[in-house]
Amino acid sequence: MDPLISARGLTKRFGDLVAVDGIDFDVAKGEAFGFLGPNGAGKTSTMRMIGSTSPVTAGTLRVLGLDPAVDGPRIRARVGVVPQLDTLDMELSVRENLVIYGRYFDLTYAEAGRRADELLAFVQLTERARDQVEPLSGGMKRRLTIARALISEPDLLLLDEPTTGLDPQARHLLWDRLYRLKQRGVTLVLTTHYMDEAEQLCDRLVVMDKARIVAQGSPRELIERYSTREVVELRFPPDAAESMDGRLNGLADRVEVLPDRVLLYTANGDAASAALHESGIRPESTLVRRSTLEDVFLRLTGRSLIE
Amino acid sequence: MISGPARVLEYDLHLYRRVWRGSVVVSFLSPLLFLAAMGLGLGGLVNRSAGGVNGVAYILFLAPGLMATTTMQTASSESTYPILAKVYWERTYEAMLSTPLRVRDLVFGELAWLVVRLTLVAVLFFAVMLVFRIPRGPEAALAIPAAVLNGLAFATPILAFTATQTRDTSFSAIQRFLIMPLFLFAGAFFPIAQLPQVLQAVAWLTPLAHGVSLVRGLTLGTLTQSGALVDIGVLLAYTLAGGVGAAITFRRRLIK
Repeated sequence: MDPLISARGLTKRFGDLVAVDGIDFDVAKGEAFGFLGPNGAGKTSTMRMIGSTSPVTAGTLRVLGLDPAVDGPRIRARVGVVPQLDTLDMELSVRENLVIYGRYFDLTYAEAGRRADELLAFVQLTERARDQVEPLSGGMKRRLTIARALISEPDLLLLDEPTTGLDPQARHLLWDRLYRLKQRGVTLVLTTHYMDEAEQLCDRLVVMDKARIVAQGSPRELIERYSTREVVELRFPPDAAESMDGRLNGLADRVEVLPDRVLLYTANGDAASAALHESGIRPESTLVRRSTLEDVFLRLTGRSLIE
Repeated sequence: MISGPARVLEYDLHLYRRVWRGSVVVSFLSPLLFLAAMGLGLGGLVNRSAGGVNGVAYILFLAPGLMATTTMQTASSESTYPILAKVYWERTYEAMLSTPLRVRDLVFGELAWLVVRLTLVAVLFFAVMLVFRIPRGPEAALAIPAAVLNGLAFATPILAFTATQTRDTSFSAIQRFLIMPLFLFAGAFFPIAQLPQVLQAVAWLTPLAHGVSLVRGLTLGTLTQSGALVDIGVLLAYTLAGGVGAAITFRRRLIK
C-alpha cells in the first residue's frame, strides 16, 4: 500500500536559514507518527509543509498521493490541522468555532452543526457549547482546536505540540482522546519535545535535530538501539561530579556527565549501583530507572530535549 | 470558483450580525446631524452672503461631497484594524488557510464584504439625502454605486498596506495625514478651485476629488460625460492597483 505521506530530500529554507535539511520519511495509513526533537529542530516547518500551507523549497513531498504545490486545497480538504498556537476565533462561541470552520470545507450548516455537536461531546465540551472561547482553560482550548480539526472528518490529523503548556491532568485527557482517534483509524502525525508523549502516542517516530533526521524507528527500537536497558541516575554535591568521571568509567557501559547529574548506562541498574557502593563512591542520591527516549536523544545529540 | 470568497464573506457577515443595529443607527444619524448643522446652519450663512456654491444652495453642494467622504472613512477603518486582527492579532486567516481556502479567496472575500459594507453606508446616506430632498431625479440613485466605488479606491490600497504591518501605529497616521486632509480639502466642503493652483493639482490626483465630483454630478444631475469617464477611470485605477497590491502583500505575509 502506498504511504499516506512520503518525503524525499524534503527541504525548507527561509532566506539563509535552513529549517529542514533534506529529510526522508514515510507515514503509513492508520499509523501514529511522531517528530521528536528540541525547539528549532524543524518539526513545525515540516508539519506546515505536510499541511500544505507552507511551500516546499526543494525535494519531493506527497500527501495522500497528491503534490501540495499543485493540489493544496484538495489536500487541505482531507487534513485536519492542530497548530502549535491555537487559532480559535475569540469573536465566536465554542460551537460557532466548529460550525463556521466546517463551512470552509463546504459543509452545509445542518451537517456542520450535527458534526459540531458530536465533536463537542467527544472532546467533553458539550456544556460549554454556547460560551465564549476566551475563558476556557488551556486544555479545553486545545481540545476545541482538535474538535475543529476533525470537523471535516479528515484522513490525516496533524498535531503540532498538542500538549505543550498543559498541566498533567489536561495532557492525559488529551492523550486519551487522541488514542481513541487512532483506534478509529485516523492517521496521526504529531510533533513533540516531550519524550513521554512520544512514547505514549507514537507507533513510530523520527528524532530531529538541527533540521535533520538523526534516527527513526519505534520508541522501543530506538531505545534498544541507542541506549541500554537501564539507567542509574546519580546526584553529587556541586563540583564533585567532574572529578567522578574517571572513577565511574568501569561501572557501566557508558557514563554521561550532565551539569546536574551523572547517568550510568547499563543493562543491570541494581548491579551497577551495588558496585558503586562497593567502590566507596557516595552520591547524594541514586535512582535506577528504565531507559527513555530522552536517553536516546542525549546519546544522539549530546544534549537534552528540553534545554 | 465562487464558494471560497463566499465563505469569507459569510464569516464577515456573521460577525457583523452582532453589531449591525448600532452600526446602522450611526450610519443614518451621523449624516443627518452633519447635514442639519452644516447644510442648514452653516449653509444659511453661505447662501446669504455668496448665493450658495456654483449656483446651488450650500446643502446641495455639501451633501454628495459628504457622502463620498463617508464611504472613504468607512473603507479606511474597515481595511485597517479588523484586517490586521485577522492577519496578525487573532490569526483568523491562518486558520482559514489550513482549510481548502486560498489566499485569493481571502482577498476576494474581503473585497466582497467591503462592497456590502460600503453599499449599506451609501444607501443610508442616500436615504438621509432624500429626507432633505437633495437628489435630483431617479438617476441620482447612481450616486450609491459611485460612492461605493469611491470607497473601494481607498479600501484596496489600504488593505494592501495593512497586510504589511505588525502594529497599528501607522493606522492613526493614515487617519491624520491622508484621510483627514482629504476630508477637508478634496472638494467636499468647498470647490477645489478655491485652493492654490499647486494644491488643486495635488487634490485631483487623489481618489476622493474624483469620488466627490462623481457622486455630486450624479446626485445633482450636473455630470458631463467626459467628466464622468475621468472620475470613474481614476477610481477604477486606484481600486485595481490596490487589489493587485493586496493580492501580493497578502500572499507575501500569509504564505511562508
